[in-house]
Amino acid sequence: MSAQLNTARPVRRTRRRRPKGNPLVGLGALAWLVIVLVPLYTLLSSSLTRQEQALSGNPLAFPTDPTLENYNTVLSSGFFTLLFNTAVVAVATVAIVLALSVPLAYVAVRTRSRLSSMAFRTFLLGVAIPAQAVVVPLYLLIAEMGLYDSLAAVILPTAAFSMPVAVLVLTSTLRDISEELYEAMGLDGATPLRMLWQLAVPMSRAGISTVAIFSALQAWNGFLFPLILTQSEEQRVLTLGLFNFMGQFGLNVPALLAAVVLSVIPIFTVYLFARRALVNGLMGVGGK
Amino acid sequence: MTEVSTPLEKQRSRAAAATKRGRRTAAGQGFGRPSVTWALPGIIFFGLFAIVPMALAVYLSFCSWDGLTSPTLVGLDNWTRLFKDPEFRQAGWLSLLLTVISWAFQTPIALMLGVWAAGRQRNRAVLSAIFFVPLLLSTTAIAVLFHSLLDPNFGVIKEIGPWFGIDPNILGSSTGALLTVAFVGGWQFMPFHTLIYQGGTRQIPQVLYQAAAIDGAGPVRQFFSITLPQLRNTITTSSVLMIVGSLTYFDTVLIMTKGGPGTDTTIVPYLMYRTGFQSYDLGYASAIATALVVVATALSLLMVKFSGFGSMRSTREGM
Repeated sequence: MSAQLNTARPVRRTRRRRPKGNPLVGLGALAWLVIVLVPLYTLLSSSLTRQEQALSGNPLAFPTDPTLENYNTVLSSGFFTLLFNTAVVAVATVAIVLALSVPLAYVAVRTRSRLSSMAFRTFLLGVAIPAQAVVVPLYLLIAEMGLYDSLAAVILPTAAFSMPVAVLVLTSTLRDISEELYEAMGLDGATPLRMLWQLAVPMSRAGISTVAIFSALQAWNGFLFPLILTQSEEQRVLTLGLFNFMGQFGLNVPALLAAVVLSVIPIFTVYLFARRALVNGLMGVGGK
Repeated sequence: MTEVSTPLEKQRSRAAAATKRGRRTAAGQGFGRPSVTWALPGIIFFGLFAIVPMALAVYLSFCSWDGLTSPTLVGLDNWTRLFKDPEFRQAGWLSLLLTVISWAFQTPIALMLGVWAAGRQRNRAVLSAIFFVPLLLSTTAIAVLFHSLLDPNFGVIKEIGPWFGIDPNILGSSTGALLTVAFVGGWQFMPFHTLIYQGGTRQIPQVLYQAAAIDGAGPVRQFFSITLPQLRNTITTSSVLMIVGSLTYFDTVLIMTKGGPGTDTTIVPYLMYRTGFQSYDLGYASAIATALVVVATALSLLMVKFSGFGSMRSTREGM
């Protein structure tokens, strides 16, 4: 249909083409595509290469006889513990972030008290606190609480540091729900809690899933908190495991890269299903 | 031009909305306002694990502490040491350099890709999906990956490097290592900034382009006279995130270079980690961390101030 319109009205055509496909920019995009793809391709192909060949052969060539041996090596090196721990950290982080941020954002949007706007501002400031700045005191705090070297030691700060962005995203979604809907529910005698549960939460599903995915990603990929706040093998998460494999596998680069691939698969699966929510959420961070 | 409202106009409309709502509440029609106590668990939790540690970091920066015995106050010792410490000076310089390189490297490419991705080319969606992949990999995974790719003996660099005149032992050279760290960071975060620019570009009113086309402005002119000025706030957001991001770079350095060769990639966060958790000089490490926050915050505030970018509240407007 649009093609018809284009031929019929040349003016529309210029608009539809906006911004014009600049060949130079297209070329640049293609160049960046190569820069993105070459490492990813090498990651996959090397992880399928036998160790002897990896040391001698051309790393750009696809392995002549691909093998899953490296994946076996990784899976039998305690990979499942790492996976399990990481999953626990991610799920718990998401649960805490949602349980605390949704009511907070709801209060920030729906009450106009001084306290709630102050809290909101504090959270905005929180976006700026880098994790590095607080690891030393967190180490002290977590040790004092008797949580050092436990998964909770990773979960609690990770959740706290996901909250500013969560509150930011949630307030902007909640703000879009019109006051009339609350009024209608209020006339039916609904309590604030019911309004939150039956109106605000369902209507802000998009924001909630963005927050869930975003904080899960943070937890899944976190490195500094686990590095500083845990120690034993039983509490190790994937990122630390990868770091550890670097020493353990030494020259067995294919196994190391197989471990990298395995660590990415769960995230990638989530990405395939929740691509839209993730992309839209991230796009919303910048905005205009 | 209605979208380009001045701060004053925004304030006014906000104030108008507020009084409208206020009147409604006064008339007893504000239904089901939640109690502020609902926010308390979240506030307390965030306070305990983010705000308190931040304050504690400042306190610890005035202490001597080895991590085992309890911290003892030593006054300004750490701070005077900080200002005289040649290691810190070098780390600060390297951090600054890394930030500038990262910014100069990422901004033009992310801007280009973002504007490109906002268009309607065929295959754009597929390509954008591929561009996005590095963002899914953890910094650790990426650092481990590039560490292997850049191994001078059996990494890809052995094959590709010579094509571009790059010495395969790039991580062994001081400039090379720093540039590599900047490149790897760019590789990872480019899709994020591309998305930001894509979102910003999509929000530019099409009328502007129509008007420009009628006036006979070509694509290049349109880019410089419309797209770029309209993306001013987006550029600020992206730049602030980039600056804070590269000032707090850590995983990549720890995994890929261990601060080396020598101390040539020992940027401030890595110096803090080494001082605190390898030399167990946690008081001094806290001073370094505090200095880092002060600089990062100051730079962000400066950028926000200079570009007149007020609040992040309305980021999702019109999406």
